[in-house]
Amino acid sequence: MKEQPYLPILVVVAGLALLPLGLSSNTVLNFLSFAMIITLAAQGWNILGGYGGQFSFGHAVFFGTGAYGMALLQVRFGVNPWLALPLAMGLGAVVGFAIGYLSFRARLRGSYFALVTLAFAEVFRISANAWGFTGGAAGVLVPLRLDPANMQFADKRIGFWLALGFVAAVLALTLAITRSRFGAQLVAVRENEEAARALGVDALAVKLKAITLSGAITAAAGCLYTQKFLYLDASLAYGPWISVEALLAPIIGGVGTVFGPLVGAIVLLGLGEVTKIVFANLMGGSVPGVDLVVFGILLIICVAYAPRGVLGLVQGWFRRKAPA
Amino acid sequence: MLKFDIFLSALANGLMTGAVYALIALGLTLVYGVLHIINFAHGATLTAAMFAVFVAHSVFKIDPYLAIVMLTPLFFGLGYAVQRFVINPASHGNDSNILLVTLGLSIIIENALLAGFRSDTRSIDVPYGFSVIEIGNLFLSTPKVVAFFASFVVAGLLWLLLARTDTGKAIRAVAREKTGAALSGINVDHIYAVTFGLGAACLAIAACLLMPTFLVNPRIGNAFVLVAFTIVVLGGMGSIAGALVGGLIIGVVESLSGLYFGESLGQIGIFLIFILVLLFRPTGLFGAKA
Repeated sequence: MKEQPYLPILVVVAGLALLPLGLSSNTVLNFLSFAMIITLAAQGWNILGGYGGQFSFGHAVFFGTGAYGMALLQVRFGVNPWLALPLAMGLGAVVGFAIGYLSFRARLRGSYFALVTLAFAEVFRISANAWGFTGGAAGVLVPLRLDPANMQFADKRIGFWLALGFVAAVLALTLAITRSRFGAQLVAVRENEEAARALGVDALAVKLKAITLSGAITAAAGCLYTQKFLYLDASLAYGPWISVEALLAPIIGGVGTVFGPLVGAIVLLGLGEVTKIVFANLMGGSVPGVDLVVFGILLIICVAYAPRGVLGLVQGWFRRKAPA
Repeated sequence: MLKFDIFLSALANGLMTGAVYALIALGLTLVYGVLHIINFAHGATLTAAMFAVFVAHSVFKIDPYLAIVMLTPLFFGLGYAVQRFVINPASHGNDSNILLVTLGLSIIIENALLAGFRSDTRSIDVPYGFSVIEIGNLFLSTPKVVAFFASFVVAGLLWLLLARTDTGKAIRAVAREKTGAALSGINVDHIYAVTFGLGAACLAIAACLLMPTFLVNPRIGNAFVLVAFTIVVLGGMGSIAGALVGGLIIGVVESLSGLYFGESLGQIGIFLIFILVLLFRPTGLFGAKA
């Protein structure tokens, strides 16, 4: 039988696409759409952090740039959202390249790189909060005009399918990267940068390519966020929450794998919802932050006991069940 | 000369805040110098210490300065235990794992505080909260002056501990060469945990010094943590003198840019320094070699 590397992606995406036909409740649809947005942001992180080994703690900088780009292009310049989306993604790519150029040229890695990305995200957040063009502290509101030509859908399922389409494309892209020369070079840089360099890999160029791509993909997540909620402010777009979720999803799902971010995003958000509901029932009212406490505990447990995430655990379990 | 007076008082205020920043950065730089890791939970630990001061004052009516005596050993013990029983076993000695585990800890602490205390901003009311010391045309807030001198005393004590005691010698040995230290009979895991405990103890003292003039909410640590990181990279990772000088510089920069550019942009000045130092001089002003 001929090898079909893209078949699993097709099956998973088709399965997800069929879900809204059976489950039409608004809560489930909102959950699924949001999970797709987080998956996109996380897959952006995964290309740089998972495959390239460069841990960013500030992916909000790309998410927020995409989100603000999408909103401001529409509100301030009257650009159609279908055109604004690729433009905003391009903006994310430019920011990615710029941050990468500055920090990789200065040979920042490990915790230094994590710190500098965190600082960039904070600079963007404070600027967006202070600047009139971005709406300042009041934020930006995208006017509600439900029309497919305006990328706003009366039927929530279409919004979900659009986000799923992006996820499918990015899954295929990630798989293509892992099978390409660039993917091999990226992993080589992650495992041992000096050795990769000695073999003739241009580590700077490889890392720059990864962060540019990562910026564009995470910016796409921001664009979809804007179209879903039609409102933005600095702490939504550039806040630490999205940096944390973009990093947690791949680590919990399986870092440096094609499906890791998708699995992680669904597990993470699902667990978050369950925790919120359980605590709301226990305490007789919603308790802010409990879901994030669970995320933090999960992160430590994953690092300690499941370095390859949920996918790694499942694979290990199957291998033990069926010894070859 | 009214303008000059305003400038002088901003300068003095910056120096006084900077001393407390330095104290916060001391804990961070000590941990970095010995364990060669960045403790991302530093800011959240400070928030926790500030809430501890708040609870001590509002529930048990303990004065924040008196609380130093109780909270310092408590936080030393907590820091020791967390490093020894959580961070060290969970990270398997891998640097990027330590980064993630401390990030996880900071998420847990910050949000547990949010769940427990909600997002309201709280402060404590002490009789000397608004008292001032008058020097010429300068009015200096008494609690801030106390914090200024106390920070230097703590830095001095820390230096004495590192320079003169056996534990200090062991800490320096582990920082220099941990395998060699282990071979000469030093329990490296214990020393790591002691260092972590000292870092947390510095934060407990900083929290007690800050609370009479400051407010606390579950997210306040974020404001301090990047400031502390900036000080540490500016002063050179692992350098105590660097942390002190860096703290004073950052305090003054923040205060003066707040005076000239407004509060919200004053913060940006700090982040820009941070990014510039990291990009162009990652060893800092006092650091020998990265």
